[in-house]
Amino acid sequence: MTALAALIRRDIKIALRVGGGALIGVLFFLTVVVLMPFAVGPDLALLTRLGPAILWLGALLASLLTLDRLFMADHEDGSLDLIVMGRTPLELACAAKALAHWIAAGLPLVIATPVLGLLLNLDTLSTSAVALTLLAGTPALTFTGMIGAALAVTLHRGGLLLAVLVLPLSIPVLIFGVAASQGAISGLSFGAPFSILCALSLVSFVIGPFAAAASLRHGLD
Amino acid sequence: MGLINVEVDQLSPRSLWQIASSGWRDYQDAMTLIDLANPTKFLSLTARVMPWLVATTAILLAIGLYQSAVAPDDYQQGATVKIMFIHVPNAWLSMFVWGVMSLAALGTLVWRHPLADVTAKAAAPIGAAFTFLALVTGSLWGRPMWGTYWEWDARLTSVLILFLMYLGLIALWRAVEDPSRAARAAAVLTLVGAINLPIIKFSVDWWNTLHQPASVMRLGGPTLDRAFLIPLLVMAVAFSLLFVTLLLAAMRNEILRRRVRSLQMVQASRRVA
Repeated sequence: MTALAALIRRDIKIALRVGGGALIGVLFFLTVVVLMPFAVGPDLALLTRLGPAILWLGALLASLLTLDRLFMADHEDGSLDLIVMGRTPLELACAAKALAHWIAAGLPLVIATPVLGLLLNLDTLSTSAVALTLLAGTPALTFTGMIGAALAVTLHRGGLLLAVLVLPLSIPVLIFGVAASQGAISGLSFGAPFSILCALSLVSFVIGPFAAAASLRHGLD
Repeated sequence: MGLINVEVDQLSPRSLWQIASSGWRDYQDAMTLIDLANPTKFLSLTARVMPWLVATTAILLAIGLYQSAVAPDDYQQGATVKIMFIHVPNAWLSMFVWGVMSLAALGTLVWRHPLADVTAKAAAPIGAAFTFLALVTGSLWGRPMWGTYWEWDARLTSVLILFLMYLGLIALWRAVEDPSRAARAAAVLTLVGAINLPIIKFSVDWWNTLHQPASVMRLGGPTLDRAFLIPLLVMAVAFSLLFVTLLLAAMRNEILRRRVRSLQMVQASRRVA
């Protein structure tokens, strides 16, 4: 347990310090949201309608962008080999790393959402709905994305290949995240899509660490 | 191996027999696995089977195509209903091939079977081709029926995502030179995809009903008449055989390609030395 806690603390520290690059994800999120009005026009009514979708898409891309670092830095300095060979089960270690990555790179996206909501003319209810769905949904993005990150690090490939592998798997999260936000705003149905969104996160907690550990164990040799 | 550590006087005759019989079973399993895992034996076996497979596939395809051609027109859809005889087997195989690849992925990760990753690698482009054909024929069918080549219908969308996943898998295979390293990565991705495909299908269904409550048309909604059903079944069997034939041919090519590759590696290392 102390080993896992130490791993989480270490990863968060590395991610937040100079050279960690976790907060670049937030900057990217901001940039994507700022780009949107240039593409669809400065019509505030339209931006309000598209707002939840824009925020979700931005968060999805931002969390994808930072995934590269999840295993790559540890692989470069050799600590990944120690983690793989260590006595702590690799599945748990992967889960701890993903949790640390989410705290350092996913949580800031959720915290930034209210500010970005202002740019898209979202009211308090819509902003809090989007923030809540992001809080429930971004762990699923991190934990499924971890599979892609583990594959990429064992193959010494990253970037576009990682995106191509991970993005189709994140379609369900996107669908239910946006559906729950829209449901809360229109007052139609929030409970059902939100529960499924939480369920997707829980499923990814199970599948993600096992698949990532399998690919690390089979791939690093 | 555990047998060595056990004191002999602790063993009852019954447990002795169990150990002996399980050992025999292991031996038998190992024999069949080794037989199948030997690429040379696989090549000679498939060389003998191949002509028969090709002939059967060709005959069945000819029968199926003839039956489809003489099948009556639908009272609503006219002659366009005949696209179904090509479209449905392709759509069926697009999912079946992923199932075959998942089994092969288990073979790669659990048993490290040498032919499993050859199977998975050979099956991916074939599966992608079937999926692509299902999309193309579906879109050609959709033009006269729905008035548009593309409709964000739940089925079309999930087949499109399946196609994207096939392409991602092929990209993964092509990204790495060492086949066995690529095989294990692709196996993990195939299994994750197999778990995710039903979830994606379900989500897309939900998304579609949320956005367009009234669907344009339900494919195969009413029960199929015998005049359509029999050609369809013949075509489905013919396409499945076509898949087996293509898969075996692609596996043979892949084995030979790997041999050429390892020969080239040996030659290159000799040149350096």
